[in-house]
Amino acid sequence: MKEKSFKFRIIDALLIIGSVLPIAFAIVLRVLTNPEADGIVITGANIFFTVKMPIQDMPITESQVNSWCVIVSLFFICLYLTHGISEKGGLRRQMIAEWIVEKTDDLVKDNMGDFFKSFSPFIAGVLGLSAFSSLITLVGLYPPTSDLNVVAGWALLVFILITYYKLKGGVLGYLKSFTQPFAAFTPFNIISEFATPVSMSFRHYGNILSGSVIAALVAAGLTGVSNMILGRLPGLLGEFPLFRVGIPAVLSLYFDIFSGALQAFIFAMLTMLNISSAFPMDDWLKRMDKKRAKKEKQSNKKSA
Amino acid sequence: MVELAIGIILGCCALGAGMAMIAGIGPGIGEGNAVASACEAIGRQPESKGTVTTTMIMGCAIAETTGLYALVIAILLIFVAPRSLVGILMSYIAK
Repeated sequence: MKEKSFKFRIIDALLIIGSVLPIAFAIVLRVLTNPEADGIVITGANIFFTVKMPIQDMPITESQVNSWCVIVSLFFICLYLTHGISEKGGLRRQMIAEWIVEKTDDLVKDNMGDFFKSFSPFIAGVLGLSAFSSLITLVGLYPPTSDLNVVAGWALLVFILITYYKLKGGVLGYLKSFTQPFAAFTPFNIISEFATPVSMSFRHYGNILSGSVIAALVAAGLTGVSNMILGRLPGLLGEFPLFRVGIPAVLSLYFDIFSGALQAFIFAMLTMLNISSAFPMDDWLKRMDKKRAKKEKQSNKKSA
Repeated sequence: MVELAIGIILGCCALGAGMAMIAGIGPGIGEGNAVASACEAIGRQPESKGTVTTTMIMGCAIAETTGLYALVIAILLIFVAPRSLVGILMSYIAK
């Protein structure tokens, strides 16, 4: 293996700093702006400031800032993983990058079929962003995924993609699909069309939010228990919440790590399944055939 | 009188949140059934463990949705509804 040059190492260090710095910035911002509270309070995201907009004022909240921090951090991690890779291989990070790409390619191919092969970067992006946004709680930050607005934005994107691929089978066919199996079902079909993004966003946000709410309640309860048992002791010893040390970490193992990663996987999985099942392959192929036949006719006319 | 009205609003919000979470029974039974069937399937065909587990987790996540709707409503009732309802009451009194 070749020895790494000085320039290579400098760029490496810069990329690592670039991936760590946004998270550190978010932590500093949280420490500086989070109001001090007595006991345990369950609140939404902090609003830093509001921007004046023509229709409605736009609040810039913690969830927006944190999700941008995650995006920048992920961007630098990706740059780090792909820095200095070659066809020969040899670097350890190349193995990791190749493993990630291969796994997502396989996942997309298994679940969506060959036609949607090009979707794997998008799916990997959704998966990585969602997982890292949930795992950001491990460093004590407010997770952007426990804000409904963030997740609803992702679900809206998926909804647009679903509608786009449904329209590929022809506008008439798309409108006709609402009256299946008969005309009286139209309102229900419209509701079920909108239920997909709503259920996707509620599932993701509800799981992460319920985790943080339950963790906060358990921490408050344990403070009460330790006050009840140790409260008679004099001085600092009586005030020290002994039971809050370590026990909530067990819950955090499930709610933060397992649930966060699982919800990211499920969100990506549902994205894949919804998009691939929305696409009417037969109708699209028929339309393509018709178009081709038309073109051939025209070109035949011209040549004749 | 205003105190009584606010007390009724807060109490009913808490009661409603508690009642909304009765919906947690459904997903619990459903997910239990799904996991039981998955265990049976793995016991019968141990080689299909990976596929069965993935499918089961997907199914559990989808079955969980109704429970999460209830959770979202309960959270709205506890954290959001009291303030807005009391605001409506106050604006009504101010008239």
